[in-house]
Amino acid sequence: MRPNPRRGGWSPPRPGKDLDLTQKASTTTAMAEAQNLPVGSNTTGAIAVAAESTTATRMSAPPSFDVADFPVPHGREEEWRFTPLDRLKGLHDGTAQATGTIKTDVSAPDGVTVESVPRDDARIGRAGKPIDRVAAQAFSSFEKATVVTVPKEAVLTEPVTVHLHGEGGVTYGHTVFDIGAFAEAVIVIDHTGDAVRSANVEFVLGDGAKVTFVSVQDWDDSAVHCSQHNALIGRDATFKSVVVTFGGGVVRLNPRVNYAGPGGEAELYGLYFTDSGQHQEHRLMVDHDAPNCRSNVAYKGALQGEDAHAVWIGDVLIQAAATGTDTYELNRNLVLTDGARVDSVPNLEIETGEIVGAGHASATGRFDDEQLFYLMARGLPESEARRIVVRGFFAELVQQIGLPELEERLITKIETELAASVA
Amino acid sequence: MATLEINDLHVTVETDGGPTEILRGVDLTVKQGETHAIMGPNGSGKSTLAYSLAGHPKYTVTGGSVKLDGEDVLEMSVDERARAGVFLAMQYPVEVPGVSVSNFLRTSATAIRGEAPKLRTWVKEVREAMERLSIDPAFAERNVNEGFSGGEKKRHEILQLELLKPQFAILDETDSGLDVDALRVVSEGVNRVREGGDVGTLLITHYTRILRYIKPDFVHVFAKGRIAESGGAELADKLEEEGYEEYVKGGATA
Repeated sequence: MRPNPRRGGWSPPRPGKDLDLTQKASTTTAMAEAQNLPVGSNTTGAIAVAAESTTATRMSAPPSFDVADFPVPHGREEEWRFTPLDRLKGLHDGTAQATGTIKTDVSAPDGVTVESVPRDDARIGRAGKPIDRVAAQAFSSFEKATVVTVPKEAVLTEPVTVHLHGEGGVTYGHTVFDIGAFAEAVIVIDHTGDAVRSANVEFVLGDGAKVTFVSVQDWDDSAVHCSQHNALIGRDATFKSVVVTFGGGVVRLNPRVNYAGPGGEAELYGLYFTDSGQHQEHRLMVDHDAPNCRSNVAYKGALQGEDAHAVWIGDVLIQAAATGTDTYELNRNLVLTDGARVDSVPNLEIETGEIVGAGHASATGRFDDEQLFYLMARGLPESEARRIVVRGFFAELVQQIGLPELEERLITKIETELAASVA
Repeated sequence: MATLEINDLHVTVETDGGPTEILRGVDLTVKQGETHAIMGPNGSGKSTLAYSLAGHPKYTVTGGSVKLDGEDVLEMSVDERARAGVFLAMQYPVEVPGVSVSNFLRTSATAIRGEAPKLRTWVKEVREAMERLSIDPAFAERNVNEGFSGGEKKRHEILQLELLKPQFAILDETDSGLDVDALRVVSEGVNRVREGGDVGTLLITHYTRILRYIKPDFVHVFAKGRIAESGGAELADKLEEEGYEEYVKGGATA
């Protein structure tokens, strides 16, 4: 269906950043908002309206719980073309035997139950199926799942925290967060240590529930981590996800959102700092399958050093039933040195024109020399000027997240990373 | 007494057609406590002079010298020049997203003064300086230059001038785009700094309007990349009457 501005439902483009869908509603269109695009970087995007290449057709197999339903990837598939398969330690081809150990430390406030349940527990797998072979492998391989239940109407004053500390070797896992109607919770998963980890995380939000989920990837540089995050957002519920990736050799995360009813809201934020040799990949999917839901995606990353590689895929699908949708997605990358590479691909698929608004933006740039000059002209040595620009770049997003206690932690984390690296 | 001495300064800028010479032998000496107005038509190279003195990488010095009390300014990096006491109030200051004005001011003051100002006196100092420039206190929590109006940007530049107390202040078209009220407020700020007697001021402007508020000791007419004529405040009156025509005719401007 071709969107028709006269029929209403289209909001005016946001200042300066949006593609104007009303003018470019044909098939696909390249997104160009590059400033000083570094060599080797790729910032493309597409808006597809009933086009042949869609999120579904791009995948090499339909979602499934069974690893056997997915062919072993060879690297040219759409969903694998940016990932260094040879560094996945066999998570993708069935050779990774679960012989490792990971120390798990869960702390939950009173009223919250934490259970270890067998694979056939009915609460597993409700938020979504694995969408690629690695996620399916994790689903097929875990022995026991963890189910964390926040009862309905419980408003937690303390966060639920899960600390996973890798002690080497391959592990698989599965965690379900079952959030009752009108409950409110902050959930934090911290990842540290050395691990080859493939684990999926599910969130099932009851009507009107409010969840903030923070996932911090602070692994050792040797770690490999793949995870699919599925959130099923109940009617009028709010899900806020904050993904912070600083560590790990290869990190590949798939945060995904579906709506169980109208009025749901998803905010997906991400920060990454990709150093030399690191591969950090964030692949988001917001599936607007119910009317009057909102989604807002904002990921920002800084890269530095030889072979630092960040990948950001932002897929949004507005299904025919999802009238009244309001969605926006943004990715910004700051490339600090030569030798780093960014692939940023926003995709927006629209099956109804009866929406409030839809837009996306992606930009990858180098340091703005004028900013450096301005700060240096105020006496700041170049290294400090650079640090303040990077800090500001992230602070803008951190301010937007709107959680004071988390803000502080993130800023401290960024400061540490900056002190160690931007010299 | 500190002296800024510019001798036979030649500067080029890279253009599509190769390097183009913008400054063609500028001679100027500014002493602490003096105010020099540099006036000239568009494209005469006034702003190039300002940015070259501050060390903007876009401009290449191909000849001449700039000395601050005998020290070679051209050998210094941008930040070294700032710490040596050269301040450039920019015509188009850039946005620095995610960096608050208060954080920015304190970071600059720390860099320029060589130590972090004591928090209690600093907060008071900033608050008072902002009040004098009729800047809303909420301004301190905004990100640097982000969404600032033209007038706010200029006030913010002069706020920095007042707080950083340089030896030499270069004001690049600080008057451009200001309405009369803003022009008065900004000029008063500049005058407060001048009254201390510790700053040498280079006031770069296209219009004589700001000279009604800031009285220069010397006026220089800038044309075709160099100083074409120098005089006292009366030269500004002549320019007010006659414009720049006399200086631009007889050849294309740079």
